[in-house]
Order: sequence, then structure tokens, then C-alpha cells
Amino acid sequence: MNAPVEKPKKPAMSLEKAAKARRKFLQSVGLTGGVVGLSLLGYIPVLGASAHRLRPPGALNEADFLSSCIKCGQCVQVCPVEAIKLGDMIDGFGVGVPHIDPRQQACDFSCDAVQCILACPTGSLTYKKPPFLNIREGALLAAAPILKAKENDPEPTLNLKERIGVARLARPSACLAVQGKGFKGQARGAGFPGKMRYMDVDRWKPIPIAEHPYDLPLCDLCVRECPVKGAIELRPFKSADGTSRMQPVVLEPCVGCGVCEMVCPAEPAAIVVDAQATWHGEVALAPAPAVTPKEPS
Amino acid sequence: MSRFADLFMGMLGAAPKKPEVVSERVQTIMFRKYEDKDRYIKEKMHARDHHLVSHKWRNRRWAVLLAVNLLFVFSFWLDIQILEGALTASRFVGFHLIDLNSALQVMLAHKHIIVNLFIGTFTVFLIWVLLGGRTFCSWVCPYHLLAEWAEALHLKLVEKKLVTDHEFHRGTRTVFWLLFALLAIVTGYTVFETLSPTGILSRALIYGPGLALGWVGLLLVFEIVYSRRAWCRYVCPIGLTYGAVGSLSPLRVSFHVEHCFHEGDCRKVCLVPHVLDVTVKGRASEESMSLGPDCTRCGLCVDVCPTGALRYEVKGLSQLL
Ligand code: SF4
Ligand code: SF4
Ligand code: SF4
Ligand code: SF4
Repeated sequence: MNAPVEKPKKPAMSLEKAAKARRKFLQSVGLTGGVVGLSLLGYIPVLGASAHRLRPPGALNEADFLSSCIKCGQCVQVCPVEAIKLGDMIDGFGVGVPHIDPRQQACDFSCDAVQCILACPTGSLTYKKPPFLNIREGALLAAAPILKAKENDPEPTLNLKERIGVARLARPSACLAVQGKGFKGQARGAGFPGKMRYMDVDRWKPIPIAEHPYDLPLCDLCVRECPVKGAIELRPFKSADGTSRMQPVVLEPCVGCGVCEMVCPAEPAAIVVDAQATWHGEVALAPAPAVTPKEPS
Repeated sequence: MSRFADLFMGMLGAAPKKPEVVSERVQTIMFRKYEDKDRYIKEKMHARDHHLVSHKWRNRRWAVLLAVNLLFVFSFWLDIQILEGALTASRFVGFHLIDLNSALQVMLAHKHIIVNLFIGTFTVFLIWVLLGGRTFCSWVCPYHLLAEWAEALHLKLVEKKLVTDHEFHRGTRTVFWLLFALLAIVTGYTVFETLSPTGILSRALIYGPGLALGWVGLLLVFEIVYSRRAWCRYVCPIGLTYGAVGSLSPLRVSFHVEHCFHEGDCRKVCLVPHVLDVTVKGRASEESMSLGPDCTRCGLCVDVCPTGALRYEVKGLSQLL
């Protein structure tokens, strides 16, 4: 027996219905094309040279980083100084991917153990790269960096193999040390919200830089506050007018954390971190810049 | 098994089919309904009169959805560290949880799987096999909630004849799933994540708003003025991934033909009305049937059905009890 309630047999598709189906199909194709097209706009910032962001410590090479990061922000959550921020729509495929803007808030390793790497579930931030992911020449650190804050601990080093960038004295003429000047007061002014750990204040808790004023006969903030041992030093040089001056020189152990850039009182910073840059040897001291030149505009 | 295959194809976009064989029991039920029409109609009117519009399941669901998302937010803001991360990947009191679709995107783009990623993915896989895959959509996804409100607005506007609904082919979602998988492999970027309103909203809630919310806003406007629930129905590959996982799940909404008046109130409220095709007269082949894997277990149909023909059910459990 058949089910007693049955609809009558469907007639062949009417013209109207066929037209409707065709419209629906075309609209569906339009929708597909539209959404995929939009998603591919993500290429623009990625291909643009401007996309070089400073990534958190242990980050894979840029392309691998973008492909492997699951955009969860667990690295953001563990950072005690809140150095890590997530990318927005203008980052294209980098939306939701972490980066650090060192001038605003650098990574100062307040966490002691590169916690962001520990938190990352995908290996985008990693202590040790799998062998098939290449290490760019000059990214590898010669030795495990010694954290000044842990210098007296039994295990003073950071479990970090590659640098994320390299610091560079970008505007020597703006550097107070080069000018022979000292520095007194808050490094970035009273309103600056950035934080840093000062061992002599609290071993565990970072405090606002604004709460830690300085009084230095010769500015050496970048050298003094660099968290990594032997990454930067102040060296004498002969300036153009023959006087003897000092200037910061970045050395091989620099990991690119950006503390020097954050703390530099010159505006804009005299020293900056080149994100994702690699080590190419020391930048030569000579020729020395003149002492009071015009700021190039 | 072939019914399972049919339902699966239905999720991928195939039109629902009439059953080839209808069980004896169903035939008798339908025959009785036909014979005793007057009593049946009377019963129907009675049930309608006594049916209070209930929002029981909807309210429970909203409460769960908000609770899960707020747990993410508070874990970070108040630093209570219970559920750390975002919906794409998180840690629940230390256990890795990783969204299946995000993990898939990452694996396809990066072409490499690390242990934590695998563990987290597996845990989540098990959870959603147990709870029913698309349960994620209606009980967890923050975009679902916004889209539900946008849908209400859309329906009001349709009622006032200010806008009309434009349907797309449901198969587009399958096409999107394949395209996004392909794009991840070819470009090496997790292309879908750039647009995923689920990820964007989850991150916005936890880490603060950004420009990306503009995109979510555009999507909602599109759904309000042009096409009802367009993103969830025709685009989102997350739903399809979870739907496939959920097809194995024992928890589901089931349909009991004996109590059904075939009026289709349920199909009007449903995000995926094709799964309720069995409620059309003549489409049920068994006395009780579970809905297809595309069902999000949102319970709107359970709430709206005046006669209790639709219920939540754990497969195998009702036989045991
Ligand atoms: S290593 Fe730096 S960025 Fe990472 S958690 Fe520690 S302080 Fe934050
Ligand atoms: S924890 Fe890892 S996967 Fe998550 S956002 Fe940070 S880098 Fe990306
Ligand atoms: S020199 Fe600057 S960037 Fe390099 S490790 Fe020191 S503070 Fe960090
Ligand atoms: S902190 Fe800035 S101004 Fe001071 S020595 Fe370093 S680079 Fe020069």
C-alpha cells in the first residue's frame, strides 16, 4: 500500500521556475566570487613592503609565521608587560596575528622564560624550529642570550635561538650621548604608559617607566636598560670637530627586543629595532657624525 | 546507511528527496490521520490553543553561548585563567582546545602539524562528536547570536515588505569549503581566517575592538537587507566542518511523525530548514527519525512545535530507558 496522502506529480519545470533557478545560480556564483575576491584582498598588505612587523620572540620566518599562527592570542595573554598586540584588518592575512610595537611597549623579558613561546599552541613561536624550516642567515644567535636580570641565577640564559630583529642607531645626530648630553627625568615623559621591570625595584613586577626617573651625566639609557648582556655598549669615538664623544654600538647578542627603542628619550627615537633584520656585523663607528648637525627632514 | 548518505548530501547542498520506501508503521499513522480527519483537526486546534510560545531552549542556549564567550573574556580581563585564548584555539584549565576548522586551515597552509595542535584538535573533535558538531554554531559561536538578531530584524522588514529575501544555492557552502581549503594550500595563508566573523568577534570581545568589526557589520547589513542568514547558510565552512563531525554524534533532534500536523512552523524558524524536510507530509519514512547532520541543535523548532513532535534525543538512550 502506498502512503495515502501524496502530492500530485511535479510538472516539468516551468519557464518562470527555470529563470528563477538560473538567477539563483548566477547569484550564488556572484556570492562565491565576491567573498573569495574580498578574502584575497588580504594579499595587499602582505605583499607590500610595509608589512614587516616585529614579531614576538621565537617567531618563525614571516611567511611560515603567517601560515601557522592560529590567531588565538594566547601569547598576548601571558605577556606580563602586554607587549604583544594582534593585527587588524589592515594587516590582511595578518589579521589576528601578534606583533610588537617596541616604541609603545617593548618585550623586556619580564616573564623570565619567554612565556609567549610556551603559550603558543601551534609552534608559530618556538624554542626550536623543526629542521625543514630554514633559519635565515644572521638570525641565529651565536650563544643563548644571558638575561641580565637572571645573571646570578643558576640558569641565566634565555631559551632563545634566533633574534627577531636588530637594533640600529638610526639617527646618530639625535642621540644624546653623541651630543655629549646627559639625561634627567622620566625617559618618555610623565604620560607614557609603557612598563619595564627594574630589578632594584621589584624582581617580579614591571612598573611604569614614568615612575622611574633618571639623572644621568651622560645618557646611556639604551645600554643601561637593555635586558640582554653584551648586546649593546657605549663606545668612544672622535667626532667631526675633533672632540671625543660616546655612542651606543649594537653587538651580536642583540635579540631585537626593542627595549632600547622604547626607552630612548630622543623623539623620535635615536635608536630603533629593524624588525626581522639579521646580524651583518658591527656597524662601523667612523665616519662620525658632526656634533650639532641639522636633523635631516 | 543510504539515508545517512542522503542526509550528508543534503548538508552539502543536494535537494531533499522523497523517501522510496515508507515503513508500515508510518503508513498506518498517515492513514489514520487521513481517515479520522475531523478528530485530527480538532486535536490540532486544541494543541494550538494550549501551546504557549516557549523560549525555553533558546534562552538556555543564549545563556550557554554568552557564558562560554564571557568565560574567555573574564579569563583574560580578570586574569582568572580558566579558558585562555580565543575561539580559534584555547586552553581550558591547561588542556589544549583547538577549533577544527582553524586547525585545518593552519595545517593546509603551513603543511606541518605539531603535537600540541594535534592534541587540541583531537580533544575538540571528541567533544563535538559527543555533543553534535553543529551544536558549536548555535551554542557557542558569537556570530550566530548577532546573526540571529539580524535575522529577526530581517523578518520584520520582510513582513513590512521593505526587503525581500534572496536565496542562494545551499551548495555554495560546499564550494566555499573547497575553495578556502584550496586557497590555504596554494597561497600558504589561512585565507578564510581573514574574513571569519567567528574569529574576528571572538578576538574583538577578548582583546578589544578593531577595524575588522566593520566587516562583521557589513555582513550583518547584508543579511538584514538582502539574504536571510546568508553567512551561516551559504558561506561559513566552520559549519560544514562541524556538521561533518556531528554526523557521527549521538545527540540530536528527533522527529516523531505521529504527533506532527505538517504545518511547518518549525521550518519557518529554522536556520537550515532543509533538515526539517521530514516534517513535510509524505517525507517521513520512519516513525521517528533524527534530523540531518546540518541541524545546529538550536532547539528553535523544539520550542515552536505545538505538539512535541520534535525533541532532543540521545541516540540509543531512549531505547535503554
Ligand atoms: S618574552 Fe617578551 S613578549 Fe614574550 S611574554 Fe615574555 S615579555 Fe612578553
Ligand atoms: S599564541 Fe601562537 S598561534 Fe596564538 S596568536 Fe600567538 S603566535 Fe599565534
Ligand atoms: S640592543 Fe636593544 S633590541 Fe637589542 S637586545 Fe638590547 S635592548 Fe633589545
Ligand atoms: S637612549 Fe637614545 S639618546 Fe640615550 S644613548 Fe641610547 S640612543 Fe642615545
